[in-house]
Amino acid sequence: MPKPILKTENLTFSYPTEGGQPKVVLNGLDLEVEEGSFVAVLGHNGSGKSTLAKHMNAILLPAGGKVYVGGMDTSDEALLLDIRRTVGMVFQNPDNQIVANVVEEDCAFGPENLGVAPGEIRQLVDEALESVGMYHLREHAPHLLSGGQKQRIAIAGVLAMKPRCVVLDEPTAMLDPTGRKEVMETVKKLNAESGVTVVLITHHMDEAAQAQRVVVMADGKIVADGAPKEVFQRVEELKTVGLTVPETVELLYELRKEGLDLPLDALSVDECAQALSQLLT
Amino acid sequence: MALKDITLGQFFPGDTPLHRLDPRTKLLLVVLYIVALFLAKNALGYALLALALFSAILISKVGFKAVFKGLKAVLFIVIFTAFLNLFYTVGEGEPLLSFWVFHIYWEGIRTAFFMVLRIMMLISSTFLLTYTTSPIRLTDALEELLGGLKKLHVPVHELSMMMSIALRFIPTLIEETDKIMSAQKARGADFDSGNLIQKAKSLIPLLVPLFISAFRRADELAVAMECRCYHGGEGRTRMLVLRYALRDYVALALGFGLIAAVVGANFLGVF
Repeated sequence: MPKPILKTENLTFSYPTEGGQPKVVLNGLDLEVEEGSFVAVLGHNGSGKSTLAKHMNAILLPAGGKVYVGGMDTSDEALLLDIRRTVGMVFQNPDNQIVANVVEEDCAFGPENLGVAPGEIRQLVDEALESVGMYHLREHAPHLLSGGQKQRIAIAGVLAMKPRCVVLDEPTAMLDPTGRKEVMETVKKLNAESGVTVVLITHHMDEAAQAQRVVVMADGKIVADGAPKEVFQRVEELKTVGLTVPETVELLYELRKEGLDLPLDALSVDECAQALSQLLT
Repeated sequence: MALKDITLGQFFPGDTPLHRLDPRTKLLLVVLYIVALFLAKNALGYALLALALFSAILISKVGFKAVFKGLKAVLFIVIFTAFLNLFYTVGEGEPLLSFWVFHIYWEGIRTAFFMVLRIMMLISSTFLLTYTTSPIRLTDALEELLGGLKKLHVPVHELSMMMSIALRFIPTLIEETDKIMSAQKARGADFDSGNLIQKAKSLIPLLVPLFISAFRRADELAVAMECRCYHGGEGRTRMLVLRYALRDYVALALGFGLIAAVVGANFLGVF
């Protein structure tokens, strides 16, 4: 087995509250993410999934347990820059992560901070913008672009640092359906073509279904972990932690309850239609 | 409220010789121009300076209209200065005109006239700078030019970073203001009627959410910047390196030539 790029060991974290009793957000979490994989982390609000994401590049440090990024302990301050260039982060609101008022200058921000030579930065920026399909808009002002485009610039800004892993914390939450599709396609392409490890934090079932592996979180713990087809078959379990399943699975689940003999692992509309037509013929 | 009309730091992209000049050169030229403005003592000097400004505006192709639009903003200051100079300059000999406590001398008219010219040309030249230089390049230039102050522990990098982020967020915050205004209007807020105090009070439901959101943005931006390995100016490089070209030396030579010409004109003693 290849060495995991991300690894948490018995990770705990809690926020202090005004009442004095600290609120436990992460409760003894063990997770390993293999290099080159595409993992979706699912969970409803307050499940601790964003807090987990913030541990993955040392924005938050574990209160208990350890987090390793490419073998580096995130609590070692001397490794901070190395950790952050290994794991890039993309957040929910694209407006609040764009630093410059020209697309390519924003994209150059990361490599500039790392002290890369000017000619090389140019190359990194051009490559990053091309890989998210924004090269033709490199001289535009970001505030005049659509949400999906802005989020792709944010992704390019991270890619320009050549990270081995990208963590996206609900990157589509503020986007319209078109923007969501744009971003998901960019993310999938990134993982498939450049081999970058992707950790996608989300509460959209259909987005999670596109990953290779789904990790379901509830109350600071992992409650399910596996391939999307396996995880989404556990319909009742998911419902108890406040999550729904993709619409196709929901349909098959309801039909099964009525006594029909249907599989539960149809994630795409086509698969679902196929299962139904097989039953009818 | 026409928020979209704010011209602060507005930039007209273009590809004229003035746009292509190094931003440091342009910044220095504006400084030289302002120095020349204060050195000019007679009509010949001012004529030379006006000629220089007009040709610069023509070369930049931003149009006189845009420059005049900028001047409108300072109209009040210009008029105010003109009146002060007109009434408070005491000249030799008899006043041209006297009524009540006011006495207008020939010198007063002359000073007021030149003062108005001076302010208008000063403002126009700075507007021309921001019209032809992208804000990022301008802050870069400032950081480079003031680089020497770093030795005196002046946080030059931090200041220029703050300035460029502020410029980056102007359109975002304007958009947000528009949104909040619409939301509050939908809830019955009234921003347009009443006297000045009532109007100012009615801005509270606009400003409070705006500030809260700005702080939240700042927080998120700081985290995002840290994620992209920002750790201050130390060891930081730039994608766009500022480099002086021949045209910059020519432009600077012209700038110094202008100062020399203005000083020379002072000795000719015309008007």
